Amino acid sequence: MIRLLHAARILLATLREIFDEAAYSRFLSRVQMTSSPAAYAAFWRERESAESRRPKCC
Amino acid sequence: MWVEFRSEIRHNAPAETKMNKFLSVVVWGMVVAAGTLAVGVVAIRRAEPINAMWLVVAAVCSYALGYRFYSKFIAAKILALDSLRATPAERLENGRDFLVTNKWVVFGHHFAAIAGPGPLVGPVLAAQFGYLPGTLWVLAGAVFAGCVQDFVILLFSVRRDGKSLTEMAKEEVGRIGGFVAYAAVIAILVILLAVAALIVVNALKDSPWGTFTIAMTIPIALIMGLYLRRIRPGKVLEVSVLGFILVLLAIWGGQWASQTPAVARVFTLRAPSLAILIIVYGFAASALPVWLLLAPRDYLSTFVKLGTIGLLAIGIVALHPTLHMPALTRFVDGTGPVFAGKIFPFAFITIACGAISGFHSLISSGTTPKLIARETETRMVGYGAMMAESAVAIMAITAACVLQPGVYFAINSPAGVVGQGAAAATATISSWGFPVTAADMQALAHAVGEQTLLNRTGGAPAFAVGMAHIFSQSLGGQAVMALWYHFAVMFEALFILTILDAGTRVARFMIQDALGHVYQPLGRTSWYPSTLATSALIVGAWGYFLWQGVRDPLGGINSLWPLFGIANQLLATVALCVATTIIIKMHRTRYALVTLLPLAWLVAVTFTASWHKVLDPNPRVGFLAQAKALAMGPATAATPRLIFNNRLDAAVTAALVVLVALVLIESVRQWSAVLAGREGAMVKEAPFVMTRLAEERG
Repeated sequence: MIRLLHAARILLATLREIFDEAAYSRFLSRVQMTSSPAAYAAFWRERESAESRRPKCC
Repeated sequence: MWVEFRSEIRHNAPAETKMNKFLSVVVWGMVVAAGTLAVGVVAIRRAEPINAMWLVVAAVCSYALGYRFYSKFIAAKILALDSLRATPAERLENGRDFLVTNKWVVFGHHFAAIAGPGPLVGPVLAAQFGYLPGTLWVLAGAVFAGCVQDFVILLFSVRRDGKSLTEMAKEEVGRIGGFVAYAAVIAILVILLAVAALIVVNALKDSPWGTFTIAMTIPIALIMGLYLRRIRPGKVLEVSVLGFILVLLAIWGGQWASQTPAVARVFTLRAPSLAILIIVYGFAASALPVWLLLAPRDYLSTFVKLGTIGLLAIGIVALHPTLHMPALTRFVDGTGPVFAGKIFPFAFITIACGAISGFHSLISSGTTPKLIARETETRMVGYGAMMAESAVAIMAITAACVLQPGVYFAINSPAGVVGQGAAAATATISSWGFPVTAADMQALAHAVGEQTLLNRTGGAPAFAVGMAHIFSQSLGGQAVMALWYHFAVMFEALFILTILDAGTRVARFMIQDALGHVYQPLGRTSWYPSTLATSALIVGAWGYFLWQGVRDPLGGINSLWPLFGIANQLLATVALCVATTIIIKMHRTRYALVTLLPLAWLVAVTFTASWHKVLDPNPRVGFLAQAKALAMGPATAATPRLIFNNRLDAAVTAALVVLVALVLIESVRQWSAVLAGREGAMVKEAPFVMTRLAEERG
């Protein structure tokens, strides 16, 4: 059961990382903001260049 | 902090007990036996169709043995992975690019980035040779070449502060290496984007259902973008589920659209109209803010991609369908209708990403090395994720080969080869020994909700029919085959369009970086004139090749997919040149064959394929021969353009080969200089720093 919970936690963490939720949480704690439209806009301003340069494979 | 040490400790544990060793020998002996049996059945059996489970067992055993023994050998003897050496994620951690991350999270992240439409489309096209060549190359190519490339490039990037392939090529091979890698990346991107767009066009032409569904994904992505920005900031998983439900509704709505004459008329589009719409879309997606369209579509496509790949794997294992395609077809002689060219080199060029992809080396030297917590994890992430990608290619082979061969060829053959109209096409295909009738094709088209499935080149529709066949037999039966077919088309088109808009942006940034050296403002990504001009340049480049493919009487795929395959494998050649150079400089020359053999194979394959595509006297194979045949044939208004296009394709192929030959020569010069002692074996690694994570471990 503990192993199953651990696996589920890892899966959720993976999905949060793939879908940038974890990156947004890190951004919020780094800049000491709470989640809001303004904070999310700031997150995307910072991320826009890096995100656009990230290659996706064929 | 996201670090998992337990498996590490287990791997580094002292010698196993005798009992454990005995059990290990027995278990691995059984894996060897099962793998040998499965590969034997796949390779030798000819009398009757085989079950897809033989492919699954052969793949699972090959991957297990490759990972357990070959990757471990590379890790220990060549790369000497050091768990005490701090990675850039630890040393340069900044909470943005550099971040110590759990290895499973990095694995998922890396796999989501490398898995694109290539491993689905390439093996489907190569199935014209039968299931055997594709299966053997996907397995052997992945274990001995593709996984090795991804693994070593990832580790070398980790040891160089996460540097990119082009930077490593410049530092380790010479300036020419960096320039060629850059040129190859731009060429691959342009051709990839054109061929990806062509696949979507061929899947959606004259298909109101498919076109409606894909058109709806644009407002869905915009809604997701606005929801994320205004309503629930940052809740991406939540909005992706919402987007997925909306996409399912769009698939269901597509049936209504196709059955309502007024709506169906609007969404029934010919190939040229679709091509223009996709070009306009590509430009808009490149110029719009990322958060509005690109990112939500990326999230949606990733969500659908991971889910569908998992579902397909379950479907194949649960249904274990029979493969109707023979092991080898008569088209190994190069006369195939899907694309022209003999099994060597064209099977290897066509399969591309399912066995080895040069493009992966960009991701292995991009985001991923900046997330790796420990050097030892590069094995699982680099080697392991490519194994998963190869498994996707095996699924694609299965989906194509469950179809009756006559049906497969009817879908994938252009009208220019099999003849205009259902009667002519099915008669031609039946005369090759693959019986199919016009009534069969009509019934199949009706079952999947299409007007016709004939001449739907590009691989995507054949894959969708195969996938719908597998899914409908597992879930819902024939009654829902049309829904599954359009789900499969949506799945392919969605992430191909994601590649289109993400790829256009990546190429735009690369061009802006280069132009910035000539005139500084052009390098500023926030300067709108530069953004618009470079977007137009990139979209114009791939749009040109797309238009060429749409107007090509042989279906476009015949010329564009091999061009893409050659460019992709040439980039892999550059990556393996870099890897071999570093291995020799690391004084591991006696093990250099690990990268040198795949390199030699790729050089043989890509240079032979390039020679054929440029100079082969057969007009269906050689670009110049086709230009000559067009010049000598009856002239039409389009003839001068077709001749120019063929000459352009020949020039692009030749230019790529010359550039890669220069890197190869430069690399060989480096190797001989180092081995002869004329040059010092200086690798440009970051200095060793002891990991703090080891101290935490105690």
